[in-house]
Amino acid sequence: MLRVITMKINGKEVEVAIDERESLLDTLRKLGFTSVKKGCEVGECGACTVLVNGEAIDSCIYMTIWADGKEVLTVEGLKGLDGELSPIQKAFIEESAVQCGFCTPGLIMSAVEIVGTGKKYNREELKKLISGHLCRCTGYENILNAMERIVEETYKVVGSEES
Amino acid sequence: MFDIQSFYEAKTVDDAIMALNAYPNSEVISGGTDVLIRVREGRDAGKSLVSIHNIETLKGVEMEEDGTIVIKSATSFSHITNHPMIKRYLPMLGEAVDQVGGPQIRNTATLGGNICNGATSADSASTMCTLNAIVVLKGPEGIREVPVTQFYTGPGKTVRKQNEICIAFKIPKEEYENVYGVYLKYGKRKSMEIATLGCAVRIQLEEDKETIKKARLGYGVAAPTPIRCYQAEKEIEGKKISDPALYDVFAKSALLEVNPRSSWRASKEFRLQLIEELARRGLKKAILLAGGDANGNPFAPMLPEE
Repeated sequence: MLRVITMKINGKEVEVAIDERESLLDTLRKLGFTSVKKGCEVGECGACTVLVNGEAIDSCIYMTIWADGKEVLTVEGLKGLDGELSPIQKAFIEESAVQCGFCTPGLIMSAVEIVGTGKKYNREELKKLISGHLCRCTGYENILNAMERIVEETYKVVGSEES
Repeated sequence: MFDIQSFYEAKTVDDAIMALNAYPNSEVISGGTDVLIRVREGRDAGKSLVSIHNIETLKGVEMEEDGTIVIKSATSFSHITNHPMIKRYLPMLGEAVDQVGGPQIRNTATLGGNICNGATSADSASTMCTLNAIVVLKGPEGIREVPVTQFYTGPGKTVRKQNEICIAFKIPKEEYENVYGVYLKYGKRKSMEIATLGCAVRIQLEEDKETIKKARLGYGVAAPTPIRCYQAEKEIEGKKISDPALYDVFAKSALLEVNPRSSWRASKEFRLQLIEELARRGLKKAILLAGGDANGNPFAPMLPEE
């Protein structure tokens, strides 16, 4: 059955007609948010990770109807007003944390959630925090380097604001 | 598009019960991290789903006047782990559910779903058994309470009826106050893994910190359902933590109460080995957490982190 729902996607309120059986992954891609990748479709690879009300979820096993009235964030929502990349994306580039790029948008969204806590994490903790993502190219080392860099940078800023 | 007949987003618990009642082919979906995968695999394809995902009254952790902790069924694992009351009184449960799947799964998957699925491998189940948690079910006839230790009837089967909804879990004060424990999960990898074996041990020491007052031992994947090993518990209650036979008695009697099987994940023999070894390690860890000098007993096992 078709239903009309309202979501705030990347800060913009959108009204969209959806089928009740649709996954958020399918809806977002249909709307043109193709940074959200369709990988395993069973919540194992993390390529479809987006934030719903600030929490990272696998959009392949999340019903679109559940997002009614909620805020959804994808990589498209990270760019600045002048189209500039976010510090997280820059860290990924600087650390060469991207090869084929398929897992990257999902990892970036998890990074947004991790960095958003303002906490400092060591490498072991970061390994656990990105364990819901599969990357078949990089061997994860550069991804963790990027994560460490951005967590460190954010912590410095948050720390200086507090003092 | 998911291969389902229909999807109903319930507004309230009663609304959900009515919908389940109206469609005998319907099943409850909460976090969806198990149900939607079964739909994708075809096992649950063609079903009608009644969603309780967005019912706010099913979320959160509360404490009743008598100290009973109430965990609402649709509370996600990450919310349980990060909840101040869980951190303070039930850290073991917070740590156990922090070993389910990966971070994104834990942001969606719920305690109610983990228990109601009926899987013996559910990471929360053995801990909930050692806590003597009570499952609160609501159906057309009203509310009933079932101890989680009597909730499971077989692999994937529980006493919950098709038109009943698990609304909460109650954990009595005497089960968490001054009782310390650990959930040890054995799997081939650290994340995104279904337990090959899960072992939950909880210990309360007498004030002397030398005598075991209360012992709890629970397992996942050691039988067709999550189980408690009551005999093993009884064997060590009243014993000194310095008793040379303590660890042997505990682990060996557990072996008499389990019934593991061989699967593609592990053989029965390997599971028996795990059951014995994890009982020893769990007991030592729980004694340490309870403030006992476990290392004073030369027969205590070596822990991996030591």
